[in-house]
Formats: sequence, C-alpha cells, structure tokens
Amino acid sequence: MSFSSINNKPFGVTSPAELQAKLADYEYLADETLSTTIFLSLALARPLFLEGEAGVGKTEVAKALSRWLGTELIRLQCYEGIDVSQALYEWDYSKQLLHLRAAETTTGAGGHPSIEALEHELYGERFLLKRPILTALSAPSGRPPVLLIDELDRADDEFEAFLLEVLSEYSVTIPELGQIRAAVPPIVVITSNRTRDVHDALKRRCLYCWVEHPTFEREVEIVNLRAPQVGVTLARQVAAMVEGLRTMGLFKPPGVAETIDWAQSLAILGVMELNDRLVEETLGSVLKYKEDSERVRSSSISDLVRSAVKRATEG
Amino acid sequence: MQDFTRAAVGFARVLRGAGIGVPTDRVAWFAKSLGILGVESRESVYICAKATLISRPEDFAVLNICFDLWWLLHRADSFEMAADELKVAIEVDSADDEPLPDSEELWEEFQPDLTMRLKFSGAEVLASKDFAKCTVAELEEAAKAMDRIALVVPRRHTTRMVSSRSRKGPIDIRKTAKEAISHHGEPVRVRHRNHGERPRRIVLLCDISGSMDPYARAMIRFLHSAVIGGIRVEAFTFSTSLTRITRELDWKDPDVALSRAGQAVKDWSGGTRIGEALLEFNERFGIRGMARGAVVVIMSDGWDRGEPELVSREMARLRRVAQRIIWVNPLKHTPGYAPLARGMSAALPYVSDFVEGHSLRSLVQLAEVIAK
Repeated sequence: MSFSSINNKPFGVTSPAELQAKLADYEYLADETLSTTIFLSLALARPLFLEGEAGVGKTEVAKALSRWLGTELIRLQCYEGIDVSQALYEWDYSKQLLHLRAAETTTGAGGHPSIEALEHELYGERFLLKRPILTALSAPSGRPPVLLIDELDRADDEFEAFLLEVLSEYSVTIPELGQIRAAVPPIVVITSNRTRDVHDALKRRCLYCWVEHPTFEREVEIVNLRAPQVGVTLARQVAAMVEGLRTMGLFKPPGVAETIDWAQSLAILGVMELNDRLVEETLGSVLKYKEDSERVRSSSISDLVRSAVKRATEG
Repeated sequence: MQDFTRAAVGFARVLRGAGIGVPTDRVAWFAKSLGILGVESRESVYICAKATLISRPEDFAVLNICFDLWWLLHRADSFEMAADELKVAIEVDSADDEPLPDSEELWEEFQPDLTMRLKFSGAEVLASKDFAKCTVAELEEAAKAMDRIALVVPRRHTTRMVSSRSRKGPIDIRKTAKEAISHHGEPVRVRHRNHGERPRRIVLLCDISGSMDPYARAMIRFLHSAVIGGIRVEAFTFSTSLTRITRELDWKDPDVALSRAGQAVKDWSGGTRIGEALLEFNERFGIRGMARGAVVVIMSDGWDRGEPELVSREMARLRRVAQRIIWVNPLKHTPGYAPLARGMSAALPYVSDFVEGHSLRSLVQLAEVIAK
C-alpha cells in the first residue's frame, strides 16, 4: 500500500483560496504562495517543509491546521543531540520490572504459568512509551493528526536520516513488535530557521515553501485578528514601524509575534497613537538584542516614528 | 483529470539545463499539482513549480527566469506540447553587474538554434570570487555568508573518566548503585564511564601587513564570525607587532566589532615581520598554554622582511606544542603559484595543512580542514 493517491478535495476544500479562507477562520492569514503549497501538500499527502526567518509564523501553520481539522497537534521540538528514543519510542524499564515483581508475588515462588507468556507481556503496548512520531503514526484512522517537527535545523544529521525513513514510508519498525504503519498518514509540517542547510534527500521528499515576513497590509490584518483590542490606527502604525525596523539590517529583525506583542503592550498602556517617547520606552518588546536597540537608538527614533505614521496614513 | 506529465517533464528539462537538479518523483508531483489546480492561471502554475521543484531559496532566481521563458514559449501553443527543444544555458558572468534582462527582452533575443544564454550573477559566482576583486557590496554579501560558516571544533579526549550515556566502557559502579537504590536495589540501568571530551582551542593569527591589504577586511570578518560563534577561539593580528583582538571582536554587531578591532590594532598595512610576531606569540601566549593542543591557523601570504631563520625556529617551537598548524594563503590559488616567498618557504615544513583562503568557498573548505 502506498499513499501516493491524489485527493482533489483534501478535507473538503476545493481550492487554495478556500483553504486560505478556512485558515483565516482559525486565525491564520496565509498568502497565496503559502496557501497553495499547503493545499498541494494536503492533496498529494506529502510533508510540508517551511523555511524562513524566525518569527514569520511557520509553527503557527501547523497549529492552525490542527485547529481547523479538529485533530491533535503532535509536536516534536528538535534540539542538538535529539535521538530516536526521544522521537519515536522507549521501553518503560521500571514499569516492566514492577510487572515482573508483581508476577513473582502473585504466582508464588517457582510457579509461573508460562515464562514465555510473561516475557511476551513485557514487550506489549502497555510498556511502550510512545514519543511524538510513533504517536502520530499509530493514530486511529479517521482524520489524521498534525505532526509538527519544529526547528529541524537544530537536530543532527543522523536524526535527519532517521526522519527520511519515516517520511517516505510512514511506517517504523520496532524490533519487539514488528512494523507499525500509519492507518492514515499524518499531516507533517517541518520547520527550519535555516541556521544550517537541511540535507537535500530530506527536502526532496517534501513540498517546499520559503516563508517571508508578511506585507504591510497583511501584517495589519494579522494584528487586527490576533489582538482585536488594539485600535485601528495603532495597529497600522505599529505594523509600519516594524516594517521599517526590518529594513535596518538588524541582528534579529522583529517577527510577527513581536509585532503582536508590541501592539498588545501598547494597547494595555491605553495608547491610541505612537510617539517618540513611547517607542523609546517599549522598544524592548520588539528588539531582543542590546546591539539592535543601540543601533536603532543611535539612528533617530523620531525619524522612524515620523515615517511610520506617514506610511500608516497612506495605506 | 488532464495529464500534464509532458508539460511537467518539459519544464523540468529546462530547469536541469539551467543547472538545477530535479528528481523524477518531484516532476511527477508537479504534473499532479497541475492536474489538480489546472494551468489557466500563470500565478498558480508558478507556485506549483516553486513548491514542488525547488527546495532552496537560492534557486528562486533561476526558477523565475526559466519559468518566464517557458510560459512565454507556451502561451501560444497548447500545453501538451513537449518543450524538449528549449535549452537554457546559464552563463556565469560575474564581471558585469547589469540587472538581469526581463523575459520580454529575452524573447526578442531568442536564437534560432533554440539555445538561450542568460547572464547570471548570483551566490554561486560570489562563492568562488576572489576577495581582492570583490566590490564593497559583494564583500558585505560575502560577510553575511561567512556568518553561516559554522566552525566545528575538533575535540580531544581527556584522561579523566566521566559518566557517559554510552553503553560502552567500564561500568560506573557508583552511579549504577545510586540509581539502583531508587528501584529497590535492582540495577535497571547500567551506567558506564568513558573518557571525557573537551573542545580544542582554535587560535587564529591574521597577517594585516601591506601585502595582505586586499584580503585583510574579509579575513578580519572571518575572525569575527569565528569569535562570536560561541566556541573557544583566540584571534590575533600581526604585521610589525602582535595584537590580541579576541575581546574587541566579541561583539555581535560586525560593524561595531570591526571598528573596535580597528582601534586596537596600531599597525594596519605595516611591514611584515612574521618571525618576530611568532616569537612574541610563542613567548607571551602560545608556549605558556594557549597553543598547547590547539589548532593554530595562520592567515598570511608569507611575504616577510625579517630573518627566515627566525620564522623557521619559531614555527618549530609552535609545532611542538600545537596539535596542528594550518597555513591559509590567499595567493595559493593563483596559477603557477609556488611558495617562494622567504617566510613562506621557511614556515612550510612545519605546516600540517596548507590551504587557500581567497574566496568564500575556500573559507568553507578551511572550516572543514579545521574540523578534521
């Protein structure tokens, strides 16, 4: 059996535009490239590989998909040195041991009904600790869960090689239990910040999308959607300000999350419009490096604010 | 559903002609995507191609050109036509910085033999371009790429045994027993001991004398990337004297770091006294401990005004304490280069790796040599 079958209408959506609208209902505003790529990955049942700067909303894609489909979001956060036992499964040694002890006391010394049966029990599903990938592969049929493999660029090469096997077959082999094959292939979303290049062999099994920072208008929409308490003028000004900051060649350009945080913190302070002093005081919610703050402060903040206010009114 | 396999294969051939490797299964996906979304909208076909055929942002530029051409060729014809005849050859031309001509113009220039030549100046060109020939903007671009060169530090074993996750090596009785207590005396997990590991120190010595001028900027930038990379690195510059600039470079913003280093160094573009600089390094830092077991990287063209005997003597001293000495010479790539400079030939017998350092690609190779 293979999962190469094509589904023209994955989960009832007929076009990328409809998918875009569905995701918007679940608080994710995707542009055309992203929504088409997501649509294709659902239709072709292939993993989705999202790459882009930190804070452009890659992880949010997986969350929105799981909210929309009403299925579980299974997240595997990668880190340096992650290995198969943390991603796939582990045997629960202490529980197995406890089980043996319990069997000893109940049947009395020297009187096991069958040692084989007991040993067989030890490697049963009850003693299997399922880690994210196995959880995703052993989900019951029906709507597939969303498997988010986050920040793959942090993991090591060996881990990529292991993923390769899982993603091409959607099955894994556990020596004691045999092969476990997914009843429905999970929706796989892989993200990377591109701190290093992920191996081609893995990328070619996925649909690829480079996620950009949103355009000014879209970012305003995102702020309106995610932080409705922020006033319309303020939302536009904050978005314009962040857009300006991103062009300054900062060490860590602010992401969408920072824009939302900043707009929210200003709204909590009861601000309706930006001014120099406010920006100076709250810059910490957008810029997370001392060097970046210094660079922005050394170039004129009032110039930045002035052009942002202008940009916001122009639309 | 219509079958767009021929069209998809045609476009894949165009891309391959332009130097982008496209595996066959991805071509099949492209065909399937066209089957699902149709070929009426240019934008939609373009996104399909981008999502299915490409997997690095560096390839977007080539995809755009190829796609424009392919779409133009086919708008008159039926999509069923195979595009086998179209060949796009991307001509690498780094010398001229003209913007890429747009597709309409390309259409005009189209040759009867159906071979397209495009001029392309991109990351590929920059990677092998000599720093000495780079413009300021290109150096900026190269500097950004340098930040992505991850210096992997070679590690050395320590004599002390430490508890490890490995399942090899002698059993760590203390730890195994300690863990067994919490499992009612049953040694559930056996812990082992292995030799510990420590990262080796990397010492970078950069020649900033007059003859190294064209490369000094790029080299210092490389030093900066290494210093802020979060590994054990020491950075020095030398021409007539030796300056330690590790602390000056340890600042995230490259502009600030470089200007701090600039103020600390007093002998930019001075004469070269490699032997004396090495003597100073050995006496003040190296032999005392900094170079012991370390990977020492010397970046210099080897032009020396001092005594070759001194160079040879100090190199020998350094060689005895360092794990390896890597000599980076930006002139090495020039055709017909022979290490005839007096300093260079005196130093060479003590060098474990002699590498180029004139371009981005050669610096990537340097990082590999260091990690060895």
